Amino acid sequence: MKFHQGLLIALLPIALAGCETLGGGEENNASVVDRNEGGTPSQGVGADGGASARGAEGGSTFQGHPLDNPDALLSRRIVYFDYDSYSIREGDRAVIQAHAEYMAANGQASIVLEGHSDERGSREYNIALGEKRAKSVYQLLSFQGSTGGQMTTVSYGEEQPAEIGHSEQSWQENRRVEIVYKTR
Amino acid sequence: MLKVLIIRVLVLVGLLSAPYSFAALTIEITDGVEGALPIAVVPFDTGGTKNPLSYKIGAIIAADLARSGRFDPMPEKDLIARPHDGGSVRFGDWRLVNQESLVVGRVKQLGASRYEVLVQLFDVFKGEQLAGHRFAFNSDDVRAIAHHISDIIYEQLTGQPGSFSTRIAYVTALKTAAGKKQYNLNFSDADGFNERTILESPKPLMSPSWSPDGEQLVYVSFEASRPQIFVQQVATGQRQRLTDFKGLNNAPSWSPDGKLLAMTLSKSGNPEIYLYELATRKLTQVTNHAAIDTEPSWSPKGDQLVFTSDRGGKAQLYTINLRGKVVAGRPKRLTFEGDYNARGIFSPDGKMVAMVNGERGIFRIAVLELRTGALQVLTDSRLDESPSFAPNGSMIIYATDSNNRGVLSAVSVDGRVHRRFELQQGDVREPAWSPAKRTR
Repeated sequence: MKFHQGLLIALLPIALAGCETLGGGEENNASVVDRNEGGTPSQGVGADGGASARGAEGGSTFQGHPLDNPDALLSRRIVYFDYDSYSIREGDRAVIQAHAEYMAANGQASIVLEGHSDERGSREYNIALGEKRAKSVYQLLSFQGSTGGQMTTVSYGEEQPAEIGHSEQSWQENRRVEIVYKTR
Repeated sequence: MLKVLIIRVLVLVGLLSAPYSFAALTIEITDGVEGALPIAVVPFDTGGTKNPLSYKIGAIIAADLARSGRFDPMPEKDLIARPHDGGSVRFGDWRLVNQESLVVGRVKQLGASRYEVLVQLFDVFKGEQLAGHRFAFNSDDVRAIAHHISDIIYEQLTGQPGSFSTRIAYVTALKTAAGKKQYNLNFSDADGFNERTILESPKPLMSPSWSPDGEQLVYVSFEASRPQIFVQQVATGQRQRLTDFKGLNNAPSWSPDGKLLAMTLSKSGNPEIYLYELATRKLTQVTNHAAIDTEPSWSPKGDQLVFTSDRGGKAQLYTINLRGKVVAGRPKRLTFEGDYNARGIFSPDGKMVAMVNGERGIFRIAVLELRTGALQVLTDSRLDESPSFAPNGSMIIYATDSNNRGVLSAVSVDGRVHRRFELQQGDVREPAWSPAKRTR
């Protein structure tokens, strides 16, 4: 009986309470990563450092902002990884180098490196895997001249797949680091 | 420019005291009734009047017992008699239909919303009463009182405490009508009824873990577009952000004494395991290795953590000893079978560790018996994750995929009984079984 009365008290719906206890600082954080902004190159080339960046693209006849040139290495913003690995593939080094050079030449440019994994295995391990992948790209970028102040990393693990599906093809699309420009 | 994310903390208020008891999760036993104990649960007498309660206590008890996989309740239509107390039971008749146990009861109305239930459990072969109880309750608590009676019957007949008066926390991911992603943190009773949402967010929610008293949940939220650890009172919805370090703030796990959280932070530049003392907010670093170290989980005595590390080249489980919040000794590798072992959790008796076991790209739930080192794979699906033990150690609930939807399943620790929790829509994932309710 004693147990039971305690049980009832515990189960009584408790009125009120429930608002956020957090202050307004929280909302400011909310837009730190705006995926849409980073994912698609914007059309307007504003007052950012287009001129100084041209050198990185050497010889291109493209007239717009170097980050918008579809034929340049800089247009590639995704680095892919092998299963359960955070080693950068040989073929992706040139892409990362192009971004490092752009960042070195454009001190105002800043990026977020978003690490992701495929859906297999454990969710929290996959978050750590995404973090290690983002850090691998971060390290290579900084070896090649980007400064730490220009880059941040975030891992979403398997939470935000690029492709829904349970085949190796989808999994490969999802094992990635996205280079998202916040400022150019 | 700043997009304000709206995070709603839903409040569990009196509004819900009306029967807010639909099963958002429906539970189906998919395998394992064989060898279960035959038991007859006779519908409880309600004094000849129409049952004014929203639910039938006898039916809830029968469903609980069936779901455990340990019992095979006689279908109501096959019952040979409908006695309501010991005096009117003819044991010989029940023996003839091979029933081993019999549950009978009466419900009486005491006041406007006040009721009393009398229940008796009999051993049919001996013709003896094994348990008899009388409980008073409010009509809103009819399901709770039925689960409590199920616990008593289960313990009487199996020698183990029941896990019926518990809850399961889980995360759902849905697409809203506007096509936006929505993540909810929910919990329901262990039978899938009484689902309540305690947090809604447009960004991922992860890794709910219960406080040992079952009154709080700690979890990871990406509402700021990066992982942060929060703790929330389930009754009031009140919550607090605990950590916002650079990098990972992940995999929180509550210590058995309730004073510490083990968690993964990468503020040093690499995912490492730390202990976070709730009273002082002080951190103690547990691991220090260039590899991934994550998913810490406590031994029931609080003297050991099991965690996932790829320090050997691939994800495997390791243990490290603790003396209070002091690290004692070096990590020791625990798993050697399979090319991937992650998300280890100790069984409530500390004798086993359950995990996600990967072998050639197939991920299943397995248990390792610590004394013998024997590994038993319990499931036969392909994408299993997030195992969590029932507080009595009888079942493991986990997340898996069924026809491209995230579902929860449960399996008995011997792999014999399987059951599935289906959500009406969307994906459901990351189940965390609550501790048993404290006896007060």
